[in-house]
Amino acid sequence: MSALVEINDLWIEGRSDEQWNPIINGASLSLNKGEVLGLIGESGAGKSTLGLAAMGFTRDGVRISGGSVRFDGIDLVNASAAVKRELLGKRIAYVAQSAAASFNPAHRLIDQHTEAPVQHGVQSKAESQADGIELYRRLRLPNPDEIGFRYPHQVSGGQLQRAMTAMAMSCRPDLIIFDEPTTALDVTTQIEVLASIRDIVEQFDTAAIYITHDLAVVAQMADRIKVLLKGDEVEEAETREMLSSPKEDYTKSLWAVRSFQRKQKAPAIAGATPVIRVKNVNASYGKVPVLHDVSFDIHEGRTVAVVGESGSGKSTAARCITGLLPPRSGHIEFDGEVLPLDYRKRSKMQLRQAQMIYQMADTALNPRKTIGELIGRPVEFYMGLKGAEKRKRVEHLLEEIELEPSQYFHRLPSELSGGQKQRIGIARALAAEPKFIICDEVTSALDQLVAEGILKLLAKLQDSLGLSYMFITHDLATVKSIADEVVVMKDGRVVEHGPKDEMFRPPHHPYTDLLLSSVPEMDPDWLTNLLAERGIDNIGDAAVDKM
Amino acid sequence: MGGVLRIILQRLFLGLLTLLVVSVVIFVAVNLLPGDFAEAILGQGATPEAVASIRADLGLDQGMVVRYFSWLSDALRGDLGTSFAQANFASFVGSSANLGGVTVADQIAPRFANTMFLAGVTAAIAVPIALTLGILAALFRNSIFDRATNILTLSSISSPEFFLAYILILLLAVVNPILPSLSNIYDGMAFGERLQKTLLPALTLTLVVTAHMMRMTRAAIINLLASPYIEMARLKGLSPLRVIVVHALPNALAPIINVIALNLAYLITGVVVVEVVFVYPGIGQLFVDSVKIRDIPVVQASCLIFAAAYILLNLLADILSILSNPRLRHPK
Repeated sequence: MSALVEINDLWIEGRSDEQWNPIINGASLSLNKGEVLGLIGESGAGKSTLGLAAMGFTRDGVRISGGSVRFDGIDLVNASAAVKRELLGKRIAYVAQSAAASFNPAHRLIDQHTEAPVQHGVQSKAESQADGIELYRRLRLPNPDEIGFRYPHQVSGGQLQRAMTAMAMSCRPDLIIFDEPTTALDVTTQIEVLASIRDIVEQFDTAAIYITHDLAVVAQMADRIKVLLKGDEVEEAETREMLSSPKEDYTKSLWAVRSFQRKQKAPAIAGATPVIRVKNVNASYGKVPVLHDVSFDIHEGRTVAVVGESGSGKSTAARCITGLLPPRSGHIEFDGEVLPLDYRKRSKMQLRQAQMIYQMADTALNPRKTIGELIGRPVEFYMGLKGAEKRKRVEHLLEEIELEPSQYFHRLPSELSGGQKQRIGIARALAAEPKFIICDEVTSALDQLVAEGILKLLAKLQDSLGLSYMFITHDLATVKSIADEVVVMKDGRVVEHGPKDEMFRPPHHPYTDLLLSSVPEMDPDWLTNLLAERGIDNIGDAAVDKM
Repeated sequence: MGGVLRIILQRLFLGLLTLLVVSVVIFVAVNLLPGDFAEAILGQGATPEAVASIRADLGLDQGMVVRYFSWLSDALRGDLGTSFAQANFASFVGSSANLGGVTVADQIAPRFANTMFLAGVTAAIAVPIALTLGILAALFRNSIFDRATNILTLSSISSPEFFLAYILILLLAVVNPILPSLSNIYDGMAFGERLQKTLLPALTLTLVVTAHMMRMTRAAIINLLASPYIEMARLKGLSPLRVIVVHALPNALAPIINVIALNLAYLITGVVVVEVVFVYPGIGQLFVDSVKIRDIPVVQASCLIFAAAYILLNLLADILSILSNPRLRHPK
């Protein structure tokens, strides 16, 4: 039997800076009917480009410069646009990373669902609509009969992602490309989506290419895994074999990322004055209350991880501490001194002591300023240094974040990688010589290897400078590696609070338990076992029985 | 829907407030014009007594604030006053209550109707053409077609209106006598004939307003082509035309609607030159004539109508843009 998809020595280039640069260097893959291939690699590895190329599609400014892509014997590299259009949506479908951005905001979900079948002449609008509702039911969307008649903005992210999977299924394609379908979701939501995707792909015997940077996720989904690095193929093997005995060094390093774990420090001496004390804080955006009676302490030299799903109030708590959002009631203490609630009423000294590092280093750094200026600004503003002294201090800070001053001083942010930009964000925070730093999802936009480097740097700085961190994250693996204490938040309340070791040891608060058990593990049977444990049988079977 | 209704009422209120502010500006500006009606009509040999008498009759001797409020209260009741130029000065002595002439409303109404007719015909031609050209230019972006459309529309918007008008007269009335070069329409004219006579000025104006709308349509659509939902539409194997018309256009409506409104407002308020060239009896000509002879009530009333047209059309554009956003139409 010949393979469904056959990619042979494929070369892809992208245009930037007036020239063509390689994105994929001679990749090959083959995929049989009903098989799931995991494509894994860091950002910039060319995963999405390769995934789209398997559909015969390249984005604007990208071209296939050599090699072949065959789908069911059809040469997609040389096929006319009309031939490809006939396949796309009908026999090959795509599920994008952000369903919220990939659903057209102007049309109802069901109208977008029925579009491909109707346009390709597969089904009538009414048939397709009925089928869509059935698919929504199988994917266990709430209110399957009416959810399709909503607009995308009226539906949550996890539900949209499932609706998009349903949409991809609308013509019962032979192949679906899943492009990081769960990356933008919370862990608890991710599980439902993963389970839905896996079951529906099995039921319809659909072949799939599953693109992700998360190894634990791909372990649940794929029959085989292919690892990419900067457009080059590293290795490919059956999932179990790849997990148990990776051959290449790069793959091994990917596998090892999750092993970084620093020792938990002894708890602060009872009665010691905390660096930051958040006491009975209530806050709201307009009339909408977001924080309810939130209290926690952060002691000197300690890292407190604040975890929770999006919308749980983690970032709002940070905004209250910095005074950007004055709380309705309660107060914030720094070193035992009560801070004015509004940052405008705080002294320069008080402002200096608490600094922030942001999630998106890209948007947090002024693109028109050089690195020297970016770090020099707080040095001058808070410490009053000028001229040669300022320069010396900036160079010292660059050394602290492990970037060679002579090389980086005059560069612009656009000339740095994501991880380097985040390091600049750290240096800028350090420039004020604070005692306390809020790290807001600082590693969530970074690849695992790079993220690990940032975590190690933060740990080193904490040891040498005695810093305290409030570490906001939704990633429990990060918590495990860096936190001393953990605050779990849900719906604007602190549901659990304690030393890390206790947090990761049962018994947990039920919500903490849900969070912890939802973090994918590298074991390929993890998802199956978890679903069995939670008493959810295979979604598909239940749905099939009903049909 | 309650949210949308509130926004609309809010905008309506703001529109009225703007109109009030504009009325003050108009009144002050018109009164700052050098010279007045009395001097203009009596000429150089006027005796101070005669000038003073006419001023008193017209109420021009009163303070500006008093005059403003009496004008405003009259206008609110729908009485825009009496045209100075049409007043019969011989017939009144001492009594200024009724000048016995033609009211401003009587004078402006037929002209305004003509202007609206011309604007309507132009809009009916220009808006579909601009939208179609914009969509096609976006579809075939960077092609010969796209460039040719851009060059043509840009050159037409860059040429003076009277020049375009004479070229069209030359082509369509002189060389190929298809259309009449004079647009002297009058009351009671049959619709077909009226339309025929209006066609040349309407075509001239179409050339003037199309470029702006067409380019905005093109830009607004192209702006969206990089968004993930457009990529998704392409990956469903839809035809390029469908991708643009069904997936890009509905999300590009707000800026397009605003530019259309701006151009329609221009058609109502800014077509003096074209009216003069074709001798079209619209409100623009009346306005210019009235300024010349300092016929203040007519000038003020015309200005107020122009301002109201601008505000109303922008208001309409705002409301339509809001309605084109499903987030506001269908709240969570």
